[in-house]
Amino acid sequence: MLKAALSSTVNSDLRIMIVIELNGESRSVAKDHSVHDLVNALSLTNQALAIAVNREVVPRAQWATHRFSDGDKVDVVRAIGGG
Amino acid sequence: MNDSQLTGLTIAGKTYSSRLLVGSGKYKDLEQTRLATEASGADIITVAIRRVNIGQDPNAPSLLDAVPPSRYTILPNTAGCYNAKDAVYTLQLARELLNGHTLVKLEVLGDEKTLFPNMPETLKAAETLVKDGFDVMVYCSDDPIQAKMLEEIGCCAVMPLASLIGSGMGILNPWNLSLIIEQAKVPVLVDAGVGTASDAAIAMELGCDGVLMNTAIAGAQDPIRMARAMKLAVEAGREAFLAGRIPRKFAASPSSPMAGRIA
Repeated sequence: MLKAALSSTVNSDLRIMIVIELNGESRSVAKDHSVHDLVNALSLTNQALAIAVNREVVPRAQWATHRFSDGDKVDVVRAIGGG
Repeated sequence: MNDSQLTGLTIAGKTYSSRLLVGSGKYKDLEQTRLATEASGADIITVAIRRVNIGQDPNAPSLLDAVPPSRYTILPNTAGCYNAKDAVYTLQLARELLNGHTLVKLEVLGDEKTLFPNMPETLKAAETLVKDGFDVMVYCSDDPIQAKMLEEIGCCAVMPLASLIGSGMGILNPWNLSLIIEQAKVPVLVDAGVGTASDAAIAMELGCDGVLMNTAIAGAQDPIRMARAMKLAVEAGREAFLAGRIPRKFAASPSSPMAGRIA
């Protein structure tokens, strides 16, 4: 029972996981994950993107240092065709 | 003054050689977007800002590969925003996405059926954006009072609709557009409603500084050919405006001399 409870909050690396809302959908990330780590995990490195956490834009220069908190609402956007 | 100064369109201190601005939506694919944009001769291309589809192929070509910011001025819009808060947020993201670029197209919509601008929210968003250092080109109703207010807030161009977005109904109220053009000290561009080349020419003959369109080109049977037609129409309309048309009169006047007739 205790083991089951533990496994829901600790992944195989024994890192504590938190849940963020990424583009409207729930996603678990490690607690010490930075915006930069998320971009890499999504294979979006070097793409033309902008990212906001809780509707505050996080400048690219801060991606490596900005870490997520549980419940953060994250928007990852790009430019597409439009009039 | 050289020819490009005479014919160029200056927005927020920068002069563009083309007076046709085009959208990048509704094309079949990115190759068609690229070719039609090229054929239009436009310098300024609007784009929308949208969430990335998580899990899609990250190496798929992107819009900015087809219309690279090194070649075109990218004009991010707020299409799909129905209040000032969302529009401001969208453009803050766009500024970050485009490395600090400040020229933007603000549009705050009223409802899905008409896509008519919500003017109170548009004014509110314009005020916030101008204070925050954005150069705001603004989609608005063809109401000269509201257009004046937007200009007083500090918008760098006002862009009244000629008819509903995507409707292709053409220039429905040339008189209101003329009132706006007459009073404005910033460029006036028709944004929305153009259906075919003559509509674009009419807008320019009225004295508009430019025309912004998307559907009229992307929705045509042959978008690349229509892009070229629009380029020529905007140039023709501008030249006719500068040339000064003859007054309309209710009587004929022969073009050939009366003297020396054999009859």
